[in-house]
Amino acid sequence: MIRKKLSNSSLKGWLYLLPAILFLGAFMVYPLIDVFIYSFEEGYNSASQTYLGVGLYNYSYVLHDPYFLQAVKNTFILVIITVPLSTGIALLISVGLSSIKPLRNLLQTVYFLPYVTNTLAVGLVFMILFKKTAYSDGLINLLITWFGGKSVDFIDGPYWAKMFVLCFYTIWVVMPFKILILTSALSSVNQVYYNAAKVDGTSKFRTFMRITLPMISPMIFYLIITGFIGAFKAYSDAVALFGTDLNAAEMNTIVGYVYDMLYGDSGGYPSYASAAAILLFAIVLTITCINLLISKKNVHY
Amino acid sequence: MENMTDYQKIEKSAKARKVTGNVITYILLVFWAIIVLFPFYWMVLTSVKSYSAYNSEYVPKFFTLSPTLQNYVDAFTAVPLGKYLLNTAVFTVITTAVMLVVITLAAFAFARLDFKGKNIAFIIFLSLMMIPNELVVITNFVTITNLNLRNTFPGLILPSVTSVFYIYLLKENFEQIPDSLYFAAKVDGTSDLKYLLKVMIPISKPTLITVTILKVIECWNSYVWPRLITDDENYYLVSNGIQEIRENGFGRENIPAMMAAVVVISVPLIILFLIFHKKIMEGVSRGGTKG
Amino acid sequence: MEVVLQNLTKKFRSRDRKNPQDVIAVNDFNFKIPDGKLIGLLGPSGCGKSTTLNLISGLIKPTSGRILFGEDDVTDLPPENRGIGLVFQNYALYPHLTVKQNILFPLQNLKGKDKLSKPEMLEKAVAAAKLVQIDELMDRKPGELSGGQQQRVAIARALVKMPRVLLLDEPLSNLDARLRLQTREEIRRIQRETKITTIFVTHDQEEAMSISDMIVVMKEGVVQQIGKPQEVYDSPVNLFVAKFLGTPPINVFEGQVRDNQLFIGEDAVLDVAGVENQEVYVGIRPEGFLLKEDGPFCCSLSGVEVMGRDISVVSTNKASLNPTVRSIVGTENKINIEAASVRFELKPAKVFLFHKKTEERIDFEVRV
Repeated sequence: MIRKKLSNSSLKGWLYLLPAILFLGAFMVYPLIDVFIYSFEEGYNSASQTYLGVGLYNYSYVLHDPYFLQAVKNTFILVIITVPLSTGIALLISVGLSSIKPLRNLLQTVYFLPYVTNTLAVGLVFMILFKKTAYSDGLINLLITWFGGKSVDFIDGPYWAKMFVLCFYTIWVVMPFKILILTSALSSVNQVYYNAAKVDGTSKFRTFMRITLPMISPMIFYLIITGFIGAFKAYSDAVALFGTDLNAAEMNTIVGYVYDMLYGDSGGYPSYASAAAILLFAIVLTITCINLLISKKNVHY
Repeated sequence: MENMTDYQKIEKSAKARKVTGNVITYILLVFWAIIVLFPFYWMVLTSVKSYSAYNSEYVPKFFTLSPTLQNYVDAFTAVPLGKYLLNTAVFTVITTAVMLVVITLAAFAFARLDFKGKNIAFIIFLSLMMIPNELVVITNFVTITNLNLRNTFPGLILPSVTSVFYIYLLKENFEQIPDSLYFAAKVDGTSDLKYLLKVMIPISKPTLITVTILKVIECWNSYVWPRLITDDENYYLVSNGIQEIRENGFGRENIPAMMAAVVVISVPLIILFLIFHKKIMEGVSRGGTKG
Repeated sequence: MEVVLQNLTKKFRSRDRKNPQDVIAVNDFNFKIPDGKLIGLLGPSGCGKSTTLNLISGLIKPTSGRILFGEDDVTDLPPENRGIGLVFQNYALYPHLTVKQNILFPLQNLKGKDKLSKPEMLEKAVAAAKLVQIDELMDRKPGELSGGQQQRVAIARALVKMPRVLLLDEPLSNLDARLRLQTREEIRRIQRETKITTIFVTHDQEEAMSISDMIVVMKEGVVQQIGKPQEVYDSPVNLFVAKFLGTPPINVFEGQVRDNQLFIGEDAVLDVAGVENQEVYVGIRPEGFLLKEDGPFCCSLSGVEVMGRDISVVSTNKASLNPTVRSIVGTENKINIEAASVRFELKPAKVFLFHKKTEERIDFEVRV
């Protein structure tokens, strides 16, 4: 009797979970296992769904593919430039934002606006701002020449110019989240500490370095870690600026490479895509672990 | 007397320093606000310039004296922008609705019900939060293709109707409802499902609204999965539509019409944001991330 | 409805892994609660009184023993089929529903032949609200009500389906002192009007004594004494019960019985017949002292508190287990505050002897 009741209520719990389990199982757990299998199946043919053997060939192919190496290089440059820069600027803006009263809420709302916009759509605006065409040099080039510089095509021009736009747009896109997190972290620091510092005659800079920064250090590290993870997965920003054929534009990212391998003009190779995705996952995991180790040593809580 | 002037000096210099500090702060903040807002201004501005006016401006103008809505007409007639919007709306509404049902049931099971294997199930769920989408998208692409669901709504929707993170968020919220409410309902003979519908969901409405808004934003902006799974224009979402417009629509150079389309696509979310900006920002700072 | 508890026992699995001994929350509880009475379950926190209430409500299942409502054995019945009303300590009102919707909630759960039409439900809800005098507040939300009003809503919700037994868990503990007095009278009145067998749990002995028909004193899961409040107060079965009931609390001394005489310190304070010579604990109620210049019991005076109706004499005694000895005497007594000591005669009915080891009460004969 008691046993029957127990299994009844167990059944009920699992019944409520069933939809979630079905969806997660089909689109998360199974794919996770499958992607590893794919990545070791050599010569997989997606039409006949057969493969020739098992081994590391897919990895070796990907690692020798110049497009992949280009994508890795691009991604790393993007990460190394945008993560520190965006976190730093966001910190600067958040500190500024918390030190003022009038306009504060308005500015905060304005800063958050990019978060809700369609990356692809606004990317198009950035493109026309930076693009140099036969009809017009574009607004940014206009500004550059005003200040006495030489105009340059940021969209179809030299590598560094394209990389600059990509970084700039990436920072523009990730800023809202960082500013939001940092302002709420700053506002949660107890005013008492500032008052104590003020009474002691501590300078503003010293107060910031010795009180504010340690207090919000957990949030900064959180932003750096999520920033790394996010930047490594960059893709749609690049598509927005340079179009879907990123390999031709030399602006592909690792994720872009995965999708191109899977589908598109050069697609149809799920094995290569899987190998590349697993390599990406390994890179992200390693960097996250390093980040966590560093943050454990440095976060003051 | 000397002391007085000293104090006055200190006071004066402190005040001056404060003012300069403030001025610099405001300049910095306004500068960033301009960087944020300028693309929006430019997109609206360009969208109301006529095609010929735009192309004759070698030096782009910062304003226009003869705004036109012709570009908006073009955006809806030359490319199936209305169809894209409708597709996106259908995709967003169904995905969000199904997800709400799935996550509410799961969160309820974890928060309120006792059953064998609950803890293990929860740990497995949590560990799934670490799996990046990029890793599973490959097989999902193959699965959906094999099921012949490419270029269908089920194919678009099915993989994105669960979110472990939202289950977790909701479960935490459910657990804050005092046990005594559950016991009171039980004494009154309320079934678990009725308790969920009549008590837990109304009380957790704020969290559910936050989750809904975040999911709507995510759906409206999703690009990668729809791009993989649709190549038939009839099933394009706005993101794919924009990409399509950019590469094939309007002739490549009709920038004003393109910008009109961009405005149309951006407006729904911006309106949503203006109405719910407090809720959205609150929800995101509670742990949402982009994408 | 008569409620019968037979050998009711509840053990909880210990959470402590190093010491996996079961915790016995309720141990072998036997009690027949007569129909239509108000019963107070009384004891310090952790004594098992709330567990007992939850066993009766069916929210938890007993380890062994039976629970009967009249002739029906309800031990294995889920709470909703027992026909009980339960009021929680924090009231557990649904915060998103109005008072009316809260009261209607239990009625909307009724199914089959018990199902009511909308007007019937409303009628019952209004009647319940009238009974607890909150019919003016029907459209408010719980958050807009005071603690006392929330309490009434909770009671109305528990009463609306006319339960066979009404259970109240610490119903007054979230109220301030004045509301508490008022509300306990209210509970008494409602119980009298409805004649529903009512069991309530409290740690406040005054509360239990003032309104209960019977009280059950519990300690560490074991029932100490069951009886009418005055009976329990006048003849406690052991030291624990004696100490637990009464404000100010009973004064306890070390004492000896020698040759039918009770000694506290060197003073022979009372004649006690029929008690063997032994060491004892002596409990004396504050009202058991009579000021008398040649009284046998001498204490050093430390102060006098005038309380209007009577006087509280605070003194000390070496044999006392409490830091001070508190006695209540009438205002007609005049006390010399400057005096170093004060002498008392004791009222035999207010003096209890307890066995030193078992702490059980020892009866003695009073010689007149």
